[in-house]
Amino acid sequence: MAIAAEGHARVEEPNPLTTGLERPPVAPASLVIFGATGDLARRKLLPALYNLAHDGVLPGNFHVIGVARRERSDGDFADECLEAIRRFSRRPPDADVLESLRANIRYVSGTFDDASVYGQLSQLLDGFEGEAGEPLNRLFYLSTSPDFFPVIVNQLGTAKLDHHDRVAVRVVIEKPFGTSLQEARDLNATVLSIFEESQVFRIDHYLGKETVQNMLAFRFANGMFEPLWNRNYIDSVQITAAEDLGIGSRAEYYDHAGALRDLIQNHMLQLLCHVAMEPPASFTAEDVRNEKVKVLHAIPQPSPQDVLEMAVRGQYAAGHAGGEDVPGYLEEEGVPPDSHTETYAALRLEVDNWRWAGVPFYLRTGKRLARKITEIAVTLKPVPHLAFSQDGSLGVRPNQLVLTLQPNEGVSLSLGAKIPGTRMIIRPVKMEFQYGSSFLSQSPEAYERLIADVMRGDATLFTRNDEVEAQWRVCDPIVSTWGASGDPLPQYPAGSQGPAEANGLLLGEDHWRAI
Amino acid sequence: MAVAEDAVWSAESTTPDEIEAALRQLLVEAHVHDDQVVPARVLNMIAFVDRAWAGEIANRLRGVGRYHASRMLVLAYEPRRRTLDARVTISTDCSSTPGELSLLRETVVVELGEVHLDDLLTIADPLVVTDLPTLLWSPHGHREVISELLPLSQAVLLDSVEEPAPAEALQWASHLGEQAYVVDLAWLRSTPWRERVAAIFDPPTRRPELRTIAALTVRHHPASTAAALLLTGWLASCLGWREATLLAHDGTLRGRAHANRQDVALHLQAAPELMVPGLESVSIETANGRSLRLSRGPGGLRAHARKPHEKSREWTLPGASRGESGVLGEGIRQALLRDPSYVPALDAALAMAG
Repeated sequence: MAIAAEGHARVEEPNPLTTGLERPPVAPASLVIFGATGDLARRKLLPALYNLAHDGVLPGNFHVIGVARRERSDGDFADECLEAIRRFSRRPPDADVLESLRANIRYVSGTFDDASVYGQLSQLLDGFEGEAGEPLNRLFYLSTSPDFFPVIVNQLGTAKLDHHDRVAVRVVIEKPFGTSLQEARDLNATVLSIFEESQVFRIDHYLGKETVQNMLAFRFANGMFEPLWNRNYIDSVQITAAEDLGIGSRAEYYDHAGALRDLIQNHMLQLLCHVAMEPPASFTAEDVRNEKVKVLHAIPQPSPQDVLEMAVRGQYAAGHAGGEDVPGYLEEEGVPPDSHTETYAALRLEVDNWRWAGVPFYLRTGKRLARKITEIAVTLKPVPHLAFSQDGSLGVRPNQLVLTLQPNEGVSLSLGAKIPGTRMIIRPVKMEFQYGSSFLSQSPEAYERLIADVMRGDATLFTRNDEVEAQWRVCDPIVSTWGASGDPLPQYPAGSQGPAEANGLLLGEDHWRAI
Repeated sequence: MAVAEDAVWSAESTTPDEIEAALRQLLVEAHVHDDQVVPARVLNMIAFVDRAWAGEIANRLRGVGRYHASRMLVLAYEPRRRTLDARVTISTDCSSTPGELSLLRETVVVELGEVHLDDLLTIADPLVVTDLPTLLWSPHGHREVISELLPLSQAVLLDSVEEPAPAEALQWASHLGEQAYVVDLAWLRSTPWRERVAAIFDPPTRRPELRTIAALTVRHHPASTAAALLLTGWLASCLGWREATLLAHDGTLRGRAHANRQDVALHLQAAPELMVPGLESVSIETANGRSLRLSRGPGGLRAHARKPHEKSREWTLPGASRGESGVLGEGIRQALLRDPSYVPALDAALAMAG
């Protein structure tokens, strides 16, 4: 047996030729995309595959099989793939590389609950292996509505496509992974009744972003921060993911999800984990994810009464953005006029462990806010005694370390500095580091990194089953409490800082950073 | 809003101090004009070029796109020149979107003559950004200048295929490697080939076959023997081939290396039909009769595999051609990395080249 099923890997002879290679080899594989004609596949997955091919990352024997409902020929589907790549790739595609990709694209039409679809897939996959003369890893990418996740997983099991004696079989599941704790548990139970956890790659594309990964480098590759990174020196942590745009054409999805499910339950809790986790023993998938799960378990599950004190929601009303009048959420196309869906959510969380006890973690996200920005602001405690005069000064303020994820990726540290002149008066200044000005390389798209990781079997940047459930454990009571409440949602004008009610979450002298 | 036009300062008969002051002033003015522009702070690059060919080098550097060094110092040499003339250009990366930072890149061209060579270090030193790594490149030879400027540099860029004698080129690279990190474009041209060979033997069932390699043939551009030697040296160093020596025979290099199980026949052959520097194909045969050939093809490398008593197979390993400007850009980027496989490959190649 060449490769044992994932999770039963034996010690393999190392490949001496990989030393020094920046891009480790990717094993020959076939990738099956369910929902291959959808928006995600067109905008993200296919362009990512092209860019991997452009950079020489894809293996020689690599095949894409699209699965979707509508009938079309292999050629028609390949044409659609190439068109999507031309339109959405981050760089102009090379005609020869496109052509080499095209030759390996196939299409299977049918509904996801139709057993014959899986029979056709099985035949195609076996055929590719026959042509290649070698076993090819099998990757199933579920880029469909979440309703179909259990259907597809069950069908893969029934068709015996879930395991293979000689190659690795992996399944990639897009977000949202459930819309409640119970749904996440049910989905995990279904998936893990067919696949082993080591075969399952739950995507949270935020984790593929360079800046999120840089947070770990920033914390654990620099000795100067770790001594300060605890309750003794840190006063509060504020994580913001603000968007200036409205919901656009995503009303159907967004009105069912809302801000909490859309961003906080997954992306923002992941950011919190990166800020709060202990240094892992190694950067292997298990060690990193173990540390993140510990953080999530240290966040107390809120009771309905707690929710009233630690969570605020809001909905944008008509206002101004980019110099134009914009409609409120309820006037957006496709949104029910009586919708109670929140477009803004803010939480105050605690991480009850030795390192973080007593440090509030503020999270907020919203649509139609003043500006598009994603950042993490770590505010240090003020100095215990100030010998300088405050007269004529903007004052000494607590140091603040801000990690910006977008739009300008970087790190800034606010410091008190003397204003030039004869008097000893102080004002805050910023020491800045910008990633864009400090590296020559262009960051790959998150999906490029993540797809390559799936092909290599590296799950470090994917969410584990217990991690997803731990995220839901925190958010589920908030979703239920809000769902059960008939109270009107606080409104905030489009283009503003969000609802004033969010200020009620802040403790002591804390204040929200200006968006 | 990004500054659309380059800011330029120039002077004749100037000094490094004046040039440096002008640079600082231009940077301040650019930032005052638009606080969304910031100077890139990644890498200094010093290029020592013959003034007569400075335009050609400028064209090559324009092609590297985002891999442009943050501060580029071009020392344009004209033997009879007695004064230092300089031109400073601050360019803005206009590709950024509104709300995002724009990067400023600085190019300083200093024209100088033979009279300045003894003081070259004191001319270049004030013009590079302190604390940034510095990459040194002298594409027109001038080895004495490289030696002079090495104390200022952490990395040296060279292209072993541009030297007429491959063995001498590799010796020079090895000599430089004792004092700085060497980025050899001849080595970088072999990267896709090395990646693909590594990938083909990566499946666990294939790895034992590496021990059975019995023959290696590398076809290369007639002037790229050094690149073929480096690729052969890479395999030799990774796989523990010993006592390999190559002898010239009918315009090719032939020889044998000792592997643990059997000898490996080595054959480095010029491919006159290849119009660009680098490799044309790599063929590997194993003792059990299996063969693999990688060759250039549209949209990537073309693989051709054959097993005894089986039908042969062909497939494409996709990848876009980088072109020579892409290779140069990659060379600049590599100045910030460290490839642990180059020196062992170079040592093995040197041993083979005699």
